[in-house]
Amino acid sequence: MSPTWLMLGASSSVARAFAREAAAHGADLLLAGRDMEDLERQAADLRIRHGVQAVPLRFDARDFAAHAAFVQDCDARAKGTLNVFLAFGTMPAQAEADRDPGVAAAMVEANFTGAASILAALAPVLEARRGGTVVALGSVAGDRGRPRNYLYGATKAALHTYLQGYAARLSRAGVRVLCLKAGVMDTAMTWPLPRLPFMVSPQEFAAAAWRLAERGSGSAYLPRIWWPVMTVIRMLPARIFNRLDL
Amino acid sequence: MQDMATIEPKSTTASRGGVGWKRIELTSWGRTSRTPCLAARPERMRELRAALDVPEGRRLLVHGAGRSYGDVCLNGGEAVVLTGRLDRILDFDPAAATVTVEPGVTFADLLDTFLPRGLLPPVSPGTAFVTMGGAVANDVHGKNQHHLGCFGDHVLWLDLLLPDGEMRRVSEAEDPDLFRATIGGIGLTGIITAICLRLMPVPSNALVVRRRRMTDLDAFLAGFEEAAGASWSVGWIDALAQGAALGRGILETAEPSPQGIAPRPERARRFPFDAPGWMLNRASVRAFNAAYWRRVPAGGEERLLPYRKFLYPLDAMHGWNRMYGRAGFRQFQCVVPQAGGAAALRRLLEAVSASGDASFLAVLKSMGRAGRGLLSFAMPGYTLALDVPARPGSAALFAALERITLEAGGRIYLAKDSTLSAAGFAAMYPDAGRFQKIRAQVDPQHRLSSDMSRRLGLG
Repeated sequence: MSPTWLMLGASSSVARAFAREAAAHGADLLLAGRDMEDLERQAADLRIRHGVQAVPLRFDARDFAAHAAFVQDCDARAKGTLNVFLAFGTMPAQAEADRDPGVAAAMVEANFTGAASILAALAPVLEARRGGTVVALGSVAGDRGRPRNYLYGATKAALHTYLQGYAARLSRAGVRVLCLKAGVMDTAMTWPLPRLPFMVSPQEFAAAAWRLAERGSGSAYLPRIWWPVMTVIRMLPARIFNRLDL
Repeated sequence: MQDMATIEPKSTTASRGGVGWKRIELTSWGRTSRTPCLAARPERMRELRAALDVPEGRRLLVHGAGRSYGDVCLNGGEAVVLTGRLDRILDFDPAAATVTVEPGVTFADLLDTFLPRGLLPPVSPGTAFVTMGGAVANDVHGKNQHHLGCFGDHVLWLDLLLPDGEMRRVSEAEDPDLFRATIGGIGLTGIITAICLRLMPVPSNALVVRRRRMTDLDAFLAGFEEAAGASWSVGWIDALAQGAALGRGILETAEPSPQGIAPRPERARRFPFDAPGWMLNRASVRAFNAAYWRRVPAGGEERLLPYRKFLYPLDAMHGWNRMYGRAGFRQFQCVVPQAGGAAALRRLLEAVSASGDASFLAVLKSMGRAGRGLLSFAMPGYTLALDVPARPGSAALFAALERITLEAGGRIYLAKDSTLSAAGFAAMYPDAGRFQKIRAQVDPQHRLSSDMSRRLGLG
């Protein structure tokens, strides 16, 4: 029985790359997101290239009321192990979120509240199945709030903390939970930005994430270079940190 | 919709309707010119449609893998859409052996997916890194042109996103004019969003390749005549050989092999640096070409080779274009009609050999039939391709090659070209006027444009 990976936010660059990685290893896919036109294309590609099952599913992180039924549907579709890759999130500019409380609230709702809601709905199903892996995309931005994106960072810090308790709870049922503190990736979201340090392609990220997902749990920096970098940044005294243009 | 540590946009950035733009510098495979432009890199159709709304009213060009040699894929000072991430295989019909793909899917993708199922793209250019969108826009050909024609001959239909946002499916049955203008249409008729292609069954993943030495040009052309029934045939010419040895080289022919080869992961190497100019001189290139000639035993040889190795010999060396150093190189490829072809080839080879511009192996092939596109390159005859390092003075050589080609009734391949004159283009491509009329119906303001289209007087 092939394992199934449920991709939440499946149209994102990283989720696309991870789905290909999973399909290349023979896993079936549930592709969940809002852009159905895109998910249909992605599902066809995975089926044809890798001969696996791939199904597009409508999912909106902010439509909390629909989460329970969505999880029921996924539970029914996954014949083997059910694994989850949580990749959705938005990143409007900090200044925009400062100006418009609606933008700020929407980001918190998608990045944190939505994640907490769908993970909570998934928990009993994963516990009942007594196995599987949950991989969630955190961010190095959650390690220390910087002027450029502290609201975004705060949503990720909240997610990191949530995942710690979630991992402890699910470990009792044999479910592994892995929080990936992602560095910078070369995605549609970062395309307009100037070249950033330690940037990796979604393919490189996905290949490393797959290897970690096969055995790891807890949290990990990806790429690993971010562990020393963030260790230094976290330890900087505030009077120095506040003067830096990070 | 994903996640990363973020640094806010600094200055160059703009996000319009869900697609981001930034300033980049683009170059093509020949690396002779590096031009700044605004670029979007859509990952889905929604973003691609948004990219039609180009900032600052700039003109737009689609850019695939950037494996063409000249300026057909460049749009200096204007804008480009990169299709590399639109790389999904959309449909596969095993009974009909047809596949539908997004424009950024490459030949490498198709071989990875379909060769294990006994199917191959019927026509392949010399590198597997080329995208399907680029293959259509340049109506590329391969070592079996004499047998199976050009890439466009195997395309059943295209989905075309027109500059005004309309999506149109074009084929021989629906809108044949626009279909024929788009095949080989160097990206000027619209953005190709889907390509339906017929694949060809092959008995295994390998072919039987025969290599024979050809002592001079006449022997070579006779060799092609003799090999007219071969599935694949290609000639490698020592472009520096002169006098009696002019046109000597190796003729390769190949047939599908019923017996395959155990697939081995190919380890690609990367050319490690921009070679300094002095490395490439007459003596070093002469030595290389001579070694290539002697590699094949006098009595010929026969070997079983995987398709990849035969179709894409240079793909094992990533970045081989750096061999020509920082200044880059230009490629010349023309086709001359069969009648008078031998004399024209002799004049071309003499011009190259006399110029002193060191050229590695030239490629000679016979062509069987014309392409179906209005600006398709192919015509029955012989095609000759060679690299020339970009040096002061090579302009005179290219002008001479253009003149010889024109006098022979031939034409120059736009996918390789960076020097053809507007007058030369008009003379070589008699359907250019019809092409412009069809283009005017879908893009009257020439919102799609390129360095090449402006150079050739197409606007």
